[in-house]
Amino acid sequence: MAEPILALRGLSKSFGALKATDDVSLDLRPGEIHALIGPNGAGKSTLIGQIAGSVVPDAGEVWLGGRQITGLSVAARARAGLARSFQVSSLAMEVSARVNVRLAAQGRAGGTYRLWGSASRDSRLAAAAEAALARVGLEARADIPVAELSHGERRLAEMACALALAPRVFLLDEPMAGLGADGTARLTALLDGLRHEAPILLVEHDMDAVFRLADRISVLVYGRVILTGTPDEIRASREVREAYLGEEA
Amino acid sequence: MREGLVNLALIALLPLVALGAQAAGETYFVTLVTKATILALAGIGLNLALGVGGMVSLGHAAFFGIGGYAAGIAAHHVFAGTPVLGWPLTVEGTDQMPLIWLAGIAAAGLAAAAIGAVSLRTQGVHFIMITLAFAQMVYYLGVSWKAYGGEDGLPIYLRNQFPGLDTGDAMQFFALAFACLLAGVALVWQVSRSRFGQALAMARMNEARLAASGISPYPVRLAGFVLSGMIVALAGALFADLNGFTGPSMLSWHRSGEIMVLVILGGVGRLCGPLAGAMLFVAFETWLGGLTDRWQLFLGLVLLGVVLFARGGLIGMLAGRARHG
Amino acid sequence: MTLALFLEQLLNGVQLGLTLFLMAAGLTLVFGVMGLINLAHGSLYMTGAFVCATVAGWTGSFWAGLLAGALAAAAVGALVEVSVIRRLYARDHLDQVLATFALILIFSEGARLVFGDRPLWLDIPPALSGTLALPGGAEYPLYRLAIIAIGLGLAGGLWWLINRTRIGMQIRAGEADREMIAALGVDIRRLYTLVFALGAGLAGLAGALVGALQSVQVGMGEPVLILAFVVIVIGGIGSIRGALAGAVLVGVIDTMGRVFLPAGFGLFMPPAEATATGSALASMLIYLVMALILALKPKGLFPADA
Repeated sequence: MAEPILALRGLSKSFGALKATDDVSLDLRPGEIHALIGPNGAGKSTLIGQIAGSVVPDAGEVWLGGRQITGLSVAARARAGLARSFQVSSLAMEVSARVNVRLAAQGRAGGTYRLWGSASRDSRLAAAAEAALARVGLEARADIPVAELSHGERRLAEMACALALAPRVFLLDEPMAGLGADGTARLTALLDGLRHEAPILLVEHDMDAVFRLADRISVLVYGRVILTGTPDEIRASREVREAYLGEEA
Repeated sequence: MREGLVNLALIALLPLVALGAQAAGETYFVTLVTKATILALAGIGLNLALGVGGMVSLGHAAFFGIGGYAAGIAAHHVFAGTPVLGWPLTVEGTDQMPLIWLAGIAAAGLAAAAIGAVSLRTQGVHFIMITLAFAQMVYYLGVSWKAYGGEDGLPIYLRNQFPGLDTGDAMQFFALAFACLLAGVALVWQVSRSRFGQALAMARMNEARLAASGISPYPVRLAGFVLSGMIVALAGALFADLNGFTGPSMLSWHRSGEIMVLVILGGVGRLCGPLAGAMLFVAFETWLGGLTDRWQLFLGLVLLGVVLFARGGLIGMLAGRARHG
Repeated sequence: MTLALFLEQLLNGVQLGLTLFLMAAGLTLVFGVMGLINLAHGSLYMTGAFVCATVAGWTGSFWAGLLAGALAAAAVGALVEVSVIRRLYARDHLDQVLATFALILIFSEGARLVFGDRPLWLDIPPALSGTLALPGGAEYPLYRLAIIAIGLGLAGGLWWLINRTRIGMQIRAGEADREMIAALGVDIRRLYTLVFALGAGLAGLAGALVGALQSVQVGMGEPVLILAFVVIVIGGIGSIRGALAGAVLVGVIDTMGRVFLPAGFGLFMPPAEATATGSALASMLIYLVMALILALKPKGLFPADA
């Protein structure tokens, strides 16, 4: 079995008496899509925060490519190769998708303290941004202020930002939410190919997409991973049905 | 396009008015235009923090005053024939502006780094209050520094010199201030479109997006804050030489407020907004101040009106909605 | 350093602290409930002092002046809230700063128009003009002790108001969740006006009380305003308890620093230099303390959300 690229070891976080995540350990291996599912309030957002660096865990470790990143800031983790998308789109609303994506390309390329030369005329940044926008199919709408884009287009712009980082790991928080049928199909196809560039940890409510895409699925209930397995194993598990699928399906 | 034309017109207006006043023999008006030019430079500097970086600093008078004190202290020592520092190495006073500017800008940069390092750990209202408080600390330092005039400040009997110019001549001093303003506008324009400027603007618009892009917001903001303070310090040094005086009034928080006001009158986040704001401010002060001692009452009313009803500022009315990024 | 001097300065510090608390309480309430930063709070302090001095001059009664000062500041506060401040709640902090800065200019010039350019003087009421003997032999002014008592009384009253009354419950609800109190059927506009007027009244009272110790003049509120900001930053924004603790801390440190730092430097420096260095450092002391506290606890000593 290949070495995991992203490894979570015993991540725990409590808010008062509530254990949002409780001793969570997960592996993300090269070339896979590992989906994380669970009912609302299972602790998925807290776990994403702990991986991305916006939530400080009470205990546990996060490893990326054999290097411990538990103590690093959000920005340092992004530089280390962790690209995240937000559950609620987090983009600069008053500028275009291109500006947002270009900044991700700039984060990847470095040179942020360069005071001279126009960033918008930098061909390297422009090419990286254009390529990322094209992959999500947003080229035609790339120069409109994000505030004027539809909800689904914003999700795609956010995905393009993650692509422009050319990361080692994608951490995607409900990328399908709010997408229409076309958008979902397009994004599903994109993610399907993307796993070979960098593995994806996917938090998603769209079960069709999850079972179509995921190589492995982990089920999070009340802050604990109750089972990790292939889609078939998850479907077959009585425990999962009782704890989760039974409630929703 | 329209905004570009307005910017050009604003920049051209200053030397045109100065030349016109000179031709008419009205040296006093040349001095007024010089004042507007220097305040515009301060506004341009503050706008880098405020308009681009979204840092609502009420502490920029500290940097303005530090620049002013650099000019005053250097001139004071030249006049008195005493060294600025006797130990560990002797530093003589100087009346050469380039050296004074360098010292003032460096000192303000250090102060901005220290003040920014603490205040930028916080945001929003905290940041406003803390920058205000630290500027007040520098103000009290000026008041209690008896060697440099304490509350009374320092007179600059002879305007400091610039190689090749007669700075005592109103028109030549204006030209110098105007060149500094142009350099400031060019610098801020360059910086805002650079990679750094893009990151600084993103720190204003969406900090989480900046961090997710792998760029730490705190050092970006700090660098923007320091650069902004350094530009304002240059304006302060010129201002002290214009008035032949430096003192705690340059450090007063009202000064921070005024610089912010002229940025707003012109339109925040616009490259040349501070130019329009400074011209309006000086015109207002001169015209209304000539009519009534209570001109600040009217300034307050106008400012209140602009904030409540005309949020794009003066250029906003001329050139339409502000464009960022 | 004698015990008497120490006690005297300690009391001076507490007195300054409680005056600062009266300022800071209004600022922190207004921020906590309405999310507004109000630079013009010092103008309300000044209003209280001017009205107090004028009414005391007419009636010959300090107490009538004090009451009038506090009520006038509250009334002016309510008026300003309804006409200007109300429009700023939904705005960003920059607009709030600018609009309330504009209010300062308007208030300052307005005060000159109404009350004239020259400072007014306010006499300490005869009943409190005496002194009290402190242990160690010093005589301490009764009036300053009265300010301490009034400040403590009002701090207690404010605690009671916020924790034990219906209005207080609404204020606390407003700090926690603005939509919730609207859902509770509270008239939120009236509550905001009330909170603002309450803060204004406290500031006016503070101005009137201090007016008898200093001259009453335009601009008197601004140094106090900035100190009140330091208090709030140290105490934690939105927290009344933090405002009280921060205020007393700032008052005592500032007062003690001004007296004892020059003396302290005098132990190893020539007197003239010691006075200069000591008083320069003393005037910066509380800001340095603020920086230190921020470095350790960026949200202040008593963050409101903890």
